[in-house]
Amino acid sequence: MPRKFTPKVVTANALLEGDVVYLAEDDSWIRDLKRAEVITDEAVAQIRLIDASSRQSEVVGVYLADVVETEHGPEPTHFREDFRRTGPSNHFHGKQAAEV
Amino acid sequence: MYRYSDFDAAFVAERNRQFRQQVERRIDGSLTEDEFKPLRLMNGLYLQLHAYMLRVAVPYGTLSAAQMRQLAYIAERWDKGYGHFTTRQNIQYNWPELRDVPDILDALAEVQMHAIQTSGNTIRNVTADHFAGAAADEIADPRPVAELIRQWSTDHPEFQSMPRKFKVAVTGSPHDRAVIAAHDIGLRIVERDGARGYEVLVGGGLGRTPMIGKVITDFLPQADLLPYLEAIVSVWNLIGRRDNKYKARIKITVHEHGIDEIRRLVDARFAELRPAFSGVDQQMLAAIEAQFATPPLRDASTDGYDLAYAKDPVFRSWADTNLTAHRDPDHAIVQISLKAHGATPGDASAEQMRVMADLAERHGHGELRVSHEQNIVLPHVHKSDLPLIHATLQQHKLATANIGLISDIIACPGMDYCALATARSIPIAQEIATRFDELKLEHEIGDLKIKISGCINACGHHHVGHIGILGLDRAGVENYQITLGGDHTETAALGARTGPGFPAEGIVGAVETIVNTYLEIRESREETFIETFRRTGMAPFKAALYPEKEAARDAA
Ligand code: SF4
Repeated sequence: MPRKFTPKVVTANALLEGDVVYLAEDDSWIRDLKRAEVITDEAVAQIRLIDASSRQSEVVGVYLADVVETEHGPEPTHFREDFRRTGPSNHFHGKQAAEV
Repeated sequence: MYRYSDFDAAFVAERNRQFRQQVERRIDGSLTEDEFKPLRLMNGLYLQLHAYMLRVAVPYGTLSAAQMRQLAYIAERWDKGYGHFTTRQNIQYNWPELRDVPDILDALAEVQMHAIQTSGNTIRNVTADHFAGAAADEIADPRPVAELIRQWSTDHPEFQSMPRKFKVAVTGSPHDRAVIAAHDIGLRIVERDGARGYEVLVGGGLGRTPMIGKVITDFLPQADLLPYLEAIVSVWNLIGRRDNKYKARIKITVHEHGIDEIRRLVDARFAELRPAFSGVDQQMLAAIEAQFATPPLRDASTDGYDLAYAKDPVFRSWADTNLTAHRDPDHAIVQISLKAHGATPGDASAEQMRVMADLAERHGHGELRVSHEQNIVLPHVHKSDLPLIHATLQQHKLATANIGLISDIIACPGMDYCALATARSIPIAQEIATRFDELKLEHEIGDLKIKISGCINACGHHHVGHIGILGLDRAGVENYQITLGGDHTETAALGARTGPGFPAEGIVGAVETIVNTYLEIRESREETFIETFRRTGMAPFKAALYPEKEAARDAA
């Protein structure tokens, strides 16, 4: 039996800044996971991934990351994605600093 | 101090010019990432978790005051005001933006620095003892030979398409501070019957398959070095495994063929290559040696030092812990700890870099070193200057008296920065250091090296830590495996695993258990952790770490 498809977001690093970005529904690259498009269909995920990967002049290293949907929006399921959307734990740098 | 030749300067300038164009072409879309990636890696630029990272070479860990000041300037102008000194004696910037990198490289070139060849399947930055040219136990300064190898291997055809990267380390002392047994080739300068030569180790390395290097020759005459190294690389180029990235390093070749067979092949190849070396290399070496001459050391009274040492307990504690014997008894080697309790191992702010540069200029002949233990060294300081240096360091959180102690932890960037990481290492180091500082136990514990890596690549040298910690991803949770009994010195050894790993919340407690066990079972205060471990083996530590399991075994 094929494994059940789990919700995903499209993510990458921005070409110029190098920081983490997510794909929004309107095709823009955004910095905040909460506003990312959550994809629940495998076929749609593949198409979104292929389209996003072709945007080479904007981003690097596009892939699909697992999320769970919550009332606050998508949340990462793996700690690596949690660090990516937050920033390092030893300095208040990266995304966590941009939010304040 | 050694300065680049005009050739080097022209080479770096040309590479920077090319890279500036490549960055422009990447940004305007005419280069794809697949095309650009190898180019940026050649120039030390990585894409990490949160940003680009620029790895700047510090050959054999030697920096001038002017270079350190420029590193501070770069940190402030283009990064977030700090830099991270690594176990490869390099500095990394964690936050550069792509557009700025060509300017950063130009700024580095102004002080004869670059980020070239810190990646790819080449001979990497040759590392050396961070006390080179100063240590009391030294036979000869290892840096001239490190520099000779650098000049000779840069763009040498035999070394451009090797099976994998290749790391060389050199020490000039019987006491190994350069971890030479954990490198593809390790060189130790030795003397026999008044003649200088090298003991050569081959096939060491950490990472996925850790190996301690094996002695391929215990005495290689000085003039034979380059043809012999070329013979080693050439044998490996021929029989090394190119089919599997994980089996390509020379340590696997040595392991698969055995050191005796490798020695036979190398000797045969050496006999072919030797005649081509006419002695020009030895002339080069002599010229390089002249540039590494010891600075003129001052002759002055050390009364001020003796007085401060007698009167000021804080100074005394720092002097006891952070100073090493210089070969001139009126001088000392100063280690500046980048391991303030709770700080990130190896990080220095721009302000701290400037302070260290100023101190080096005023009191240390303008010289600094980066140690693989992620501290900064002032190699030649007259003892009378030490009280003032200590006072200045205190004002900038640089006077932590913990060199060689439990809080002097090596930690790789781990998952706080590194894209390859399987778990974090920095917070674990911070917590351990903070905990033992609270316990006020570290001077009681004495010599103890903790080394932490955030994945099996082992940049944090965990295999050779007295206590090694490896961060792994176990079913989506950070998990930390412990090894005990590793040794990074001339008695190099790989640590052995204690057993199942510990979760992030449990790792500090586990280290505390290990240390308490040591304190209980050591025969005296003089018996260090590693000595105790060698005497007792794993059993008492295992029993303390996994009480239920041991109890179950006893019951069965
Ligand atoms: S050991 Fe792994 S996590 Fe640490 S710096 Fe090296 S590659 Fe990154």
